Amino acid sequence: MKALVAVKRVVDFNVKVRVKADKSGVETAGVKMSMNPFDEIGVEEALRLKEKGAVEEVVAVSLGVAQCQETIRTALAMGADRGILVETDAELQPLAVAKLLKAVVLEEKPGLVILGKQAIDDDCNQTGQMLAALLGWPQATFASKLVIADGHAEVTREVDGGLETIRIVLPAILTTDLRLNEPRYASLPNIMKAKRKPIATVTPESLGVDVAPRLKTLKVEEPPKRQGGKKVGSVAELVDKLKNEARVI
Amino acid sequence: MAVLVIAEHDNRALKSATLNALAAASELKEKGGGEIDCLVAGKDCRGVAESAAKVAGLKRVLLAEDAAYEHILAEDLAPLVVRLAPSYGYLLAPTTTAGKNLMPRVAALLDVMQISDVSAILSLDTFVRPIYAGNALATVQSSDPTKVLTVRGTAFPAVEASGGAAAVEEISATGSAGVSEFLRAELSKSERPELTSARVVISGGRGMQSGENFQLLEKVADRLGAAIGASRAAVDAGFVPNEYQVGQTGKIVAPELYIAVGISGAIQHLAGMKDSKVIVAINKDEEAPIFSVADYGIVGDLFKIMPELDAELARRG
Repeated sequence: MKALVAVKRVVDFNVKVRVKADKSGVETAGVKMSMNPFDEIGVEEALRLKEKGAVEEVVAVSLGVAQCQETIRTALAMGADRGILVETDAELQPLAVAKLLKAVVLEEKPGLVILGKQAIDDDCNQTGQMLAALLGWPQATFASKLVIADGHAEVTREVDGGLETIRIVLPAILTTDLRLNEPRYASLPNIMKAKRKPIATVTPESLGVDVAPRLKTLKVEEPPKRQGGKKVGSVAELVDKLKNEARVI
Repeated sequence: MAVLVIAEHDNRALKSATLNALAAASELKEKGGGEIDCLVAGKDCRGVAESAAKVAGLKRVLLAEDAAYEHILAEDLAPLVVRLAPSYGYLLAPTTTAGKNLMPRVAALLDVMQISDVSAILSLDTFVRPIYAGNALATVQSSDPTKVLTVRGTAFPAVEASGGAAAVEEISATGSAGVSEFLRAELSKSERPELTSARVVISGGRGMQSGENFQLLEKVADRLGAAIGASRAAVDAGFVPNEYQVGQTGKIVAPELYIAVGISGAIQHLAGMKDSKVIVAINKDEEAPIFSVADYGIVGDLFKIMPELDAELARRG
């Protein structure tokens, strides 16, 4: 079985994002970019399946500008076998990404597609579910444990009330949650090796997918600032303030 | 352009998040949207439909009973919502794990974009949603004929659960897709209020040092009728289960009072609680970022402060 992992290039999670003065978006020029953390967990899970013998090949797919190659290289350095870049300068929204991934899936025929549950830039939490819908495949979202056996996946999911375990037929879509695993670091020899691994490049046009955005971003603004920073000297003073000033207890 | 709200429930009772989604539906109606219907899909869940019918402002409650809907598997439920969709301009669900699992599947089947975690409705096609862990707010306009929304509960105060008398209408089920099955759930049983709807929330972070030490929070929580939450660091360290996590990728809360104990205040955590009305921070590091959003901060050792707080609350009654 082949595993396909989608990896998104996003503003690094340590960067404090700034809204652009013209309100057209957030500043990304000169900002450190990294693989979406949930996608790193996805790559790690695919690699573990390969190490256990449940998967023969791990293919990393990224979609977007030419620099997404770097994100694919990160996945290759972790241990993925090859990459596919769907290259475009166009803005890609989750529905378009799901359509592009569907085209790649129909070509590659993986038994499992792993995606992060959400990207930490747009926080949409949609693409995996949309891809599952378009393929007519089952979905196991917010996964914290995965066991593959007999053409099925048994997946434990993080849900609002605790944990839930479902069993789905393969091929299927999995989206990762934080506790699924702890991604490995790429070793220097593996980073060198990754440079020689193949990355194929395709385009939305070559895949025949219309990626026109359905949502128009009218503006992006900073949220109202909270006026915090006041300190109190004692617990008695705190309780007094909560009772008599804030009136919340 | 009528509105359909997908009810969240456990086949016995309506979950409060549904009332927040219905509040968003009421805003759409006020802005010129159509009548509001509510879909209750589940197994032996007529009781849920009947209590939904009492919610103010609904026209109809659609009841679909089938064993396939018992565990709200998206593969089975999405086709039902898609079948109902042509009668509606808006499909809404709360931004809960169930809503997040189902609605993008519905949206893709309808070939429309979902608008995730809507925090304000500006007009019938224009919405505000947080991005980058709430560090920016995007105003987006949808050109899709059907608007599929998940709505942020904390941004839409719950509608009244009583005062209405909607009709309950039985509808046929779409059956099982046969590709997924529910095996088991390990849900935490707690007498405490639900994290996302509690009036007071007390959360612990890495500074708690262990799961046992959360007892310090429980004592104070008992006095205040509070829910207990945690930072990602505390969940990752195994102190408490995942459902306690407050933050960008966990639960979003906005209680009257949020008490952060031993939490440094990473951006990802602030994203989940900074809309709380009053924030208290207890941390030994006076440089901790949590203090920058706190209305009342105390610098000190939580292992000394929490028992003091418990005693002070007991003394004042």
